[in-house]
Amino acid sequence: MTDVSAQGPLPLSLLTKDARMNRRNSAETRFRFYGLAAIGLSLATLVFMLWTIFSDGVSAFFQAKITMPISLSAELLDPQGNRNRAEMTKVTTVGYNKLLAQAFAAELAARGIDTAGLKASEITALISKDAAGDLRASVLANPTMVGTTIDVELLAAGRVDGYFKGRVTRETAERDNQISPAQLDLVDRMDEAGLLQSGWNWSFLTNPDASDQRPEAAGLGVAILGSLYLMILVALMCVPVGVAASIYLEEFAPKNRWTDLIEVNISNLAAVPSIVYGILGLAIFINFMGFPQSSSLVGALVISLMTLPTIIIASRAAIRAVPPSIRDAALGVGASKMQTVFHHVLPLAAPGILTGTILGLATALGETAPLLLIGMVAFVDNYPSAPPDGFLDPATALPVQVYGWAQRADPAFIERSSGAIIVLLAFLVVMNVAAILLRRRFERRW
Amino acid sequence: MDDMRIVERTVQSQKSKISAKGVQVYYGTTHALKDVDVEVLENTVTAFIGPSGCGKSTFLRCLNRMNDTIPSCRVEGEIRLDGENIYDPRVDPVQLRAKVGMVFQKPNPFPKSIYDNVAYGPKIHGLSRTKAELDHVVETSLKKAALWNEVKDRLTAPGTGLSGGQQQRLCIARAIATSPEVLLMDEPCSALDPIATAQVEELIDDLRKSFSVVIVTHSMQQAARVSQRTAFFHLGNLVEYGETGQVFTNPEDPRTESYISGRIG
Repeated sequence: MTDVSAQGPLPLSLLTKDARMNRRNSAETRFRFYGLAAIGLSLATLVFMLWTIFSDGVSAFFQAKITMPISLSAELLDPQGNRNRAEMTKVTTVGYNKLLAQAFAAELAARGIDTAGLKASEITALISKDAAGDLRASVLANPTMVGTTIDVELLAAGRVDGYFKGRVTRETAERDNQISPAQLDLVDRMDEAGLLQSGWNWSFLTNPDASDQRPEAAGLGVAILGSLYLMILVALMCVPVGVAASIYLEEFAPKNRWTDLIEVNISNLAAVPSIVYGILGLAIFINFMGFPQSSSLVGALVISLMTLPTIIIASRAAIRAVPPSIRDAALGVGASKMQTVFHHVLPLAAPGILTGTILGLATALGETAPLLLIGMVAFVDNYPSAPPDGFLDPATALPVQVYGWAQRADPAFIERSSGAIIVLLAFLVVMNVAAILLRRRFERRW
Repeated sequence: MDDMRIVERTVQSQKSKISAKGVQVYYGTTHALKDVDVEVLENTVTAFIGPSGCGKSTFLRCLNRMNDTIPSCRVEGEIRLDGENIYDPRVDPVQLRAKVGMVFQKPNPFPKSIYDNVAYGPKIHGLSRTKAELDHVVETSLKKAALWNEVKDRLTAPGTGLSGGQQQRLCIARAIATSPEVLLMDEPCSALDPIATAQVEELIDDLRKSFSVVIVTHSMQQAARVSQRTAFFHLGNLVEYGETGQVFTNPEDPRTESYISGRIG
């Protein structure tokens, strides 16, 4: 950097270093140190971020559960006695709640667990409010179970789960209207008796979202499905259009002012804030074209608009990187322009195009802002149906779910939110690994 | 190869294959080639010599309309192949290039197998109906390009894995597989060592039996060794065109003489 001005004659011996050489060497050492420091800092930040997320979020994959036998009394659940599903639906969750409360009390008594000083409602509050609905759904799915006694695994209430994870303590329970220290004593006794266990929680990955009152039942099922639908639709819309556009612009378009203008605009579009695309999507796809709100189709259309410029830019770079000698060679033996592109240029550009596309899709997977505007942030309790109809059903997406849960008041949702981030990160890692593998697989040297 | 046995070389054919009249080439506003008239004869090796930037490669690329790929390039005048103007709007350059093959300065095999490299041209032009026919075309082309013996056991190996000289001969095989009538070579030996150069030159002499060959070269010795007719370009003008022996031993124009004797260029 400072070696412009000459400073005296060169030293006579190669074995001694002059001042200039020392300065140059120390400048280089300093530069290396800056580089290492920058990398170290970013790695430390990454490690800290991952550590926070994982320490908060891993517990979301585990859940306190109560295992006990329940006798599905026929007169309560199926008064007519003919196991007709339509008639059985008349028994609502209220009926099942009664059944659960009876069975729970019976089980506590059978195990000799002392419940003195607690009201019946305080005891049943230890079971998740979602349990009755779950039980009802499984009974309706299989009416022959009525009249038998089955072993069920019931989610414990969110506060009980939090107590196991250290989030709820006796001090917080004093101030909490959802749980009291006396109830926690009962939980301790249940734990000793083996009535409560903490185990792997599949329902976190499969359940739909749940209301504020029942964080223990909230899951990512709808969000994962919604994100999957989004990715399928975005890939279907972006890849053909993006690759075709970049081939045309790079190989066929005349080089004139119009192409320059288009080029500049594509670069600019890639830099437009995503929320702007959300407003555009709201105005065009929902208000003007009347597509259903919150649907993955509208979400995918908006995200496609956002991802297309990225894919076009990456694909154009990949196509431009193919040596012109290959084009000359193909044209020289009499291949048409189209044959040149599809037989020679595209196969060579494929690894670059694939990598760019997958990275574009990965960005799209994490996109939140435009989805908020088109209503995918809604509380969606029903799974979207199978494609293609399901593309029009309301759904939500992983990053939006993270956002939604992070806003909830109950601290149990913070854990869920971090857990959702872990799932999102896992998807991103899978996509990036796929990009690397595909690149290796298709890479050819010339 | 003896350097200057040019006197022994006589032009056997007088039949014109390509005739160019009043060719002007512009790159944007630059007038790159000024009023060039050249007759390329059948079964003859024609060499274009001249200093860098004199327009010899530009003219060569006019002969199979490779210049069409350069947007700013404009060609005027007329170039006739067997009496047909190749710049006629009805002519499809793709069809033309099947008749006028080209070998480039840098060996540029496709990143495919040796077999596929040679078979590509015949395949896209539909020259062979069966696999056996295609095999035959590949074999004869590789034999003509003097490469068959070296690669016959590894036809499925990538063409890019060959040595530089072999790659260039592969490119020649690829160019002649479509059985063109004229073969254009743009400094085909500039990236090769003397041994590979000698092989390619020998090959060019063989190829003359079946094609007209037009070769652009920087090396005057090479022009003298392989060609029957030589054109000397300078600053976009065709200075002199005649039999190689004539041009090298008794040039008419003082500029040719200065270039050949090493005073300019």
